[in-house]
Amino acid sequence: MSNTLEIKNLNVSIGDKQILKDFSLTVPKGEVHAIMGPNGTGKSTLAKAMAGHPEYEVTSGEVIIDGENIMEMEADERSRAGLFLAFQYPMEIPGVTIANFIRAALNARLPDDEELNAPDYYKELYAKMDLLKIDRKFTARAVNDGFSGGEKKRCEILQMAMLNPKYAVLDETDSGLDIDALKVVAEGVNSMRGPNLGALVITHYQRLLDYIVPDVVHVMYDGRIVKSGDKNLALELESKGYEWVKELAGEAAAS
Amino acid sequence: MVTPNSEIEVDREKGNFRFSEHHKYDAGVGLSEKVIDYICDVKEEDQWIRDFRKRALKVFESKPMPTNWATKDLENIDFDKIRYYLSGGNRASKSWDDVPDDVKETFERLGIPENERKFLAGVEAQFDSEAAYSNIKESVGKQGVIFMGSTEALMKHPEIFKKWFGKVIPTGDNKFSALNSAVFSGGSFIYVPKGVKVSHPLQAYFRINAENFGQFERTLIIADEGSEVTYMEGCTAPKFDTATLHSAVVELVALPGAKIEYVTVQNWSSNVFNLVTKRAIAHEGATVKWIDCNIGSRLTMKYPGVVLKGKGARGEVLSIALANDGQHQDTGAKMIHAADETSSNIISKSISVGKGRSTYRGQVHMPKNLKGCKNNTECDALLINENSRTDTYPAITVRGNRNAVQHEASVSKVSAEQIFYMQQRGLSEAAAMSLSVNGFVNDLTRQFPMEYSVELKRLIELEMEGSVG
Repeated sequence: MSNTLEIKNLNVSIGDKQILKDFSLTVPKGEVHAIMGPNGTGKSTLAKAMAGHPEYEVTSGEVIIDGENIMEMEADERSRAGLFLAFQYPMEIPGVTIANFIRAALNARLPDDEELNAPDYYKELYAKMDLLKIDRKFTARAVNDGFSGGEKKRCEILQMAMLNPKYAVLDETDSGLDIDALKVVAEGVNSMRGPNLGALVITHYQRLLDYIVPDVVHVMYDGRIVKSGDKNLALELESKGYEWVKELAGEAAAS
Repeated sequence: MVTPNSEIEVDREKGNFRFSEHHKYDAGVGLSEKVIDYICDVKEEDQWIRDFRKRALKVFESKPMPTNWATKDLENIDFDKIRYYLSGGNRASKSWDDVPDDVKETFERLGIPENERKFLAGVEAQFDSEAAYSNIKESVGKQGVIFMGSTEALMKHPEIFKKWFGKVIPTGDNKFSALNSAVFSGGSFIYVPKGVKVSHPLQAYFRINAENFGQFERTLIIADEGSEVTYMEGCTAPKFDTATLHSAVVELVALPGAKIEYVTVQNWSSNVFNLVTKRAIAHEGATVKWIDCNIGSRLTMKYPGVVLKGKGARGEVLSIALANDGQHQDTGAKMIHAADETSSNIISKSISVGKGRSTYRGQVHMPKNLKGCKNNTECDALLINENSRTDTYPAITVRGNRNAVQHEASVSKVSAEQIFYMQQRGLSEAAAMSLSVNGFVNDLTRQFPMEYSVELKRLIELEMEGSVG
């Protein structure tokens, strides 16, 4: 199907341990889906396996972006095909400024003989930094080097805003954020919502979903989705706790 | 051979082309007094130089290879199989129109005439043993600045030449300085008169075209009181299956209050043994800054030094070395404090890729009788792969308690997680690596002349592209 992100029967292992078990999910463009679940249930594995992390072995299954299976692609090709991952723990790149890093990423999307127009680039960069309340001085700082938790997450969202992905996976973007930073990040994500973006928001807590209100909520346990519903499912999960999830998992396995 | 006007590829292979040889002068294979006589005859040199060369030959022969501390790879140099002097003529042209076509095309492909028009105050282009082209902008020449090949300078300005020649680096300093002293040819001679500040850089370009050849240029720069000059050198050679030897001696003299900045981007092909001795004397209040980037060669051994001879003199070495598979960059710096209130700064960054090996050797010497001297040394190494190697051998001798020294060293690795992070943003593995490497050297390259930092960035990108399968 075009205009959807489809994850079909994905099986992923790390070493001998199978983490994702026939995981399937479809996110149409224009929608925001949330994945909730207890720790160790495979949420981050899903994010990294989709993005092509070399340590995650995909034993079978497909991830299809607008009709194109990306599983045979290198990580950078997947990115250029339109998949963005906001990392739970963004890496530091000493000596490489944010401005240069994002510019290099954008240049990687252009044909070999083309270069980004610098004035236009900075104009757009500054506009998006303003939106995310990032000080313009940040452009000259090395990527994530010495950043606070909140700064790192805003920097992830800035990169997402600049790279204009078709589909974005946000892996625990709320972790390590205080409420003010959380609001800023959510505002940034919300500003990108629209018919051209599909988003998968991975979170452990319901709190983030007060600010990024999802169209669909999925509850994940032991490598698969055990229940899906609207935004109220997140509230239900919050009140009933993750013990409830185990029961749901039992039902799902029995059915 | 390449036909003129063919598409020029800008990449690591940029320097990897050659023209067939047609040398007017050829000293033959191997080293002997006869070879020295041949060189002296061709160059029409005075007797004192002939004597100097022959004494140097004896010193060279008497000195063992420094394999007690340096790599055994040196033993692979076969001095009997090298050609010590090859030239198309012993006079450099002042106009590119007078340079033979193939030599001219070589330098055009390397972008030299273009750079000359754009931002240089003077250019000297050496092809094998002699300068083929040498010119200085009229306005700079009128200020009394002398810039020419050392062969020409020996004839035209023997009084200045003789006064300083061999005084900073004596013949017997090491085996290779002795070899250079015996067979030197080419290199630059610069004299900047008192108070003259040369506004744009002077550039020399060294090109090896011939196989089984040794290039032994000799550079001498004298900056008179209160003068300022920036000198830049570049070098390339085609890649041969046999070893090529490049062994230069570079002597700088900064008289009181003078400033010399000496920039090198070394990009020899991976069969070149690059064994170079570089040293400066800084008199009272003078500053000497070496910017030394080593990207190419099979083995480089080079430790630019400054003898801080006058009160308040300052010496600086900023160096970057990139060692890829099959390469060993053995580089460093020497700071010899010989007067009060002298200061020195060494910042060395090395990158080892694949099986590449980089070594830092530093020497800082501050005797007990001095006061108010300062040294800062920072060596940072970056390893790209598991089997890359780096070694650091700092030798800091500080006597007395009236001087200050600080030394910092670090080794870091580009992690797989970093590469994955960058790839997730759309950068290829090679682009991600070259971005990390550029990030690693960034704070240093910012201090380089603009044209050189751009060139260096490009060379690093090409090296990293080549290193990823």
